[in-house]
Amino acid sequence: MLRIQGLKAKIGDREILHGLDLAVNAGEVHAIMGPNGSGKSTLASVLAGREVVEVTAGTVTFDGQDLLALPAEKRAAAGLFLGFQYPVEIPGVANLYFLRTALNAVRRARGQEELDAMDFLALAKEKLKLVKWDQSFVQRAVNEGFSGGEKKKNEILQMAVLEPRLAILDEIDSGLDIDALKVVAGGVNALRAKDRATILVTHYQRLLDHVKPDVVHVMAAGRIVKSGGPELAHELERSGYEQLAPPRGEARAP
Amino acid sequence: MSQDAIRELTEQRYKYGFVTEIEADQAPPGLSEEIIRLISAKKGEPEFLLQWRLKAYRHWLTMVEPRWAAVKYAPIDYQKIVYYSAPRPKKQLGSLDEVDPELKRAFEKLGIPLAEQARLAGVAVDAVFDSVSVATTYKGKLAEKGIVFCSFSEAVKDHPDLVERWLGSVVPAGDNFFAALNSAVFSDGSFVYVPRGVRCPMELSTYFRINAENTGQFERTLIVADEGSYVSYLEGCTAPMRDENQLHAAVVELVALPGAEIKYSTVQNWYPGDAEGRGGIFNFVTKRAKAMERAKISWTQVETGSAITWKYPSCILQGDDSVGEFYSVALANHRQQADTGTKMIHIGKRTRSTIVSKGISAGRGQNTYRGLVRMQKGATGARNHSQCDSLLIGDECGAHTFPYIEVKNPTGQVEHEATTSRIAEDQLFYCRQRGLSEEDAVSMIVNGFARRVLKELPMEFAVEAQKLLGMSLEGSVG
Ligand SMILES: Nc1ncnc2c1ncn2[C@@H]1O[C@H](COP(=O)(O)OP(=O)(O)OP(=O)(O)O)[C@@H](O)[C@H]1O
Ligand SMILES: [Mg+2]
Repeated sequence: MLRIQGLKAKIGDREILHGLDLAVNAGEVHAIMGPNGSGKSTLASVLAGREVVEVTAGTVTFDGQDLLALPAEKRAAAGLFLGFQYPVEIPGVANLYFLRTALNAVRRARGQEELDAMDFLALAKEKLKLVKWDQSFVQRAVNEGFSGGEKKKNEILQMAVLEPRLAILDEIDSGLDIDALKVVAGGVNALRAKDRATILVTHYQRLLDHVKPDVVHVMAAGRIVKSGGPELAHELERSGYEQLAPPRGEARAP
Repeated sequence: MSQDAIRELTEQRYKYGFVTEIEADQAPPGLSEEIIRLISAKKGEPEFLLQWRLKAYRHWLTMVEPRWAAVKYAPIDYQKIVYYSAPRPKKQLGSLDEVDPELKRAFEKLGIPLAEQARLAGVAVDAVFDSVSVATTYKGKLAEKGIVFCSFSEAVKDHPDLVERWLGSVVPAGDNFFAALNSAVFSDGSFVYVPRGVRCPMELSTYFRINAENTGQFERTLIVADEGSYVSYLEGCTAPMRDENQLHAAVVELVALPGAEIKYSTVQNWYPGDAEGRGGIFNFVTKRAKAMERAKISWTQVETGSAITWKYPSCILQGDDSVGEFYSVALANHRQQADTGTKMIHIGKRTRSTIVSKGISAGRGQNTYRGLVRMQKGATGARNHSQCDSLLIGDECGAHTFPYIEVKNPTGQVEHEATTSRIAEDQLFYCRQRGLSEEDAVSMIVNGFARRVLKELPMEFAVEAQKLLGMSLEGSVG
């Protein structure tokens, strides 16, 4: 479904991804772990089409399509969803309105009929159950005044409404209490299907206890340096990244 | 957002660029006592009005054009302006069907089908076309309640006593340079009188439209709400594309007698000029309201058009416990310059005022908020809260805030908050990641920013205003 080969990317003059390879098949859940600053969020940004990150080499295909050729909104329409590490506030725009506009934009791009206010409300009510929220949250402005954990839940709500084929969730588990973690994990699991895939960027095993990954990758200094099964996450939890990271010099000089 | 994308987004051409050809009955260009006598005679005005005009004119001659606003423009040659023009109606109009088809088409192009608008929205539309009203509707229904809603000229004929009593009572003939000019030469406008205790059953609406080439437009609006009455008035405008700058110097006076409430909403979308600022409307407006005991005035404006906007809808809170509100969204794109705000003059005890101003600057637009809150000696326990927010799109535009505060009563409370923000790259990316196009994302963020003001508008108007904000910023030329 997703195939990344030799991906290099820079922000300003600084190269952050130094030749990264990754393949994710439909039906799989992948976890990406790695030290702070290793480029996990940068990778997520590149995949979602953020323009401040410039791709200098490599290819990315999504269902065989050249992903890098598409603007961000077309990638969203193609079924790619990014759960942000730091969700953004949009003052004055009601969450429900934002959700409906987003869903209808995506539906329009896919040649589907738009949902009217009534149908959408019914859908939203259904999805709200998933995050155990009442309607007050969707009447508030997008993420404005939301707590850290509430913002993460809001990402899950958006994902549930948009039903992406590939969800990249960047530290969706950070700052969550135990109940919220279960809610978020439930949201991710609810979307698990043969024709969908998920990439979880995380620092902790505890999310992976609830969402069992098929493959775990370790990212260091702009590359995937090791991949393995779920046991790799446990190993990391015990011994940290030290022995896995390549010597600094090597990572810096591509 | 990249520079190119911003440029593309902000370089949209004015969508309402067209000129309607209607025979105009025009005075020669230039201003003199003779011209003023001609205007007055053409309109068959009573002597008091002619004298009032002449007094204003003589005063105007002694005045100089104000230069304190943060706007720049080439000098205006007042002798080149045509001060009177009227569409020639073929005969007296008995109903909407008899309205000049040319005029009807113009309204349709504007998306304002006159009859439909009136019927569907329950709105009475007094269509001011090139300074003279040619169609007034719903008069009968309003007349049942004793409400007068007509063109200013008709009011002069049918209700000269009301006009004589209230004209100039809020904005005196010699108030300021542009108001004095207007007082001398005003051609037409709207008049509303709501009798004691009457709640006006529908929104009263006037669509202004500037038409004939080189015609300065001098509207005069007077609204009087008698004791304990209520009225909501809508003003909306849009103008055709043209090359020469057009001067517009309107005066609006509102009188709210004890316990009355007037809600005055404006959507202003006159031609802003091309991307270089050529050919846009110069909009110098004097709007002022006087509120007596327990009366309430609420100004709401969405200003997206004009090359230059100079406008400070104000409230004189004369009576005890009177309330003034000002809600404003002003957008300056390309080379537009907006210098707008309000004056809240607290005279009575326990008077309260609220100011919410949202300025949006894009392209090379310059947006200035200029507001005065004055609490006079007698204004015991008066309160004001002001919130002035600026939103910048791109980095070639500007936002400026000048709050003036004068408190002469120690019990007065004034609070002022101001913020300046930009549409952040991460907000745009967030929206686009969810599937919104860049244009839709900008429009959504801007509308969110302006929400507190937009929700003050009557429903039909709010929808229109939202579209207008998006449209004024959208890309995709043509
Ligand atoms: N806009 C930017 N300008 C300059 N440097 C940046 C920018 N964004 C990211 N970086 C740098 O790129 C590197 C990778 O950052 P990234 O956010 O991808 O790391 P991460 O692996 O997600 O880290 P964390 O686990 O802390 O979230 C960091 O050194 C960071 O400082
Ligand atoms: Mg990160």
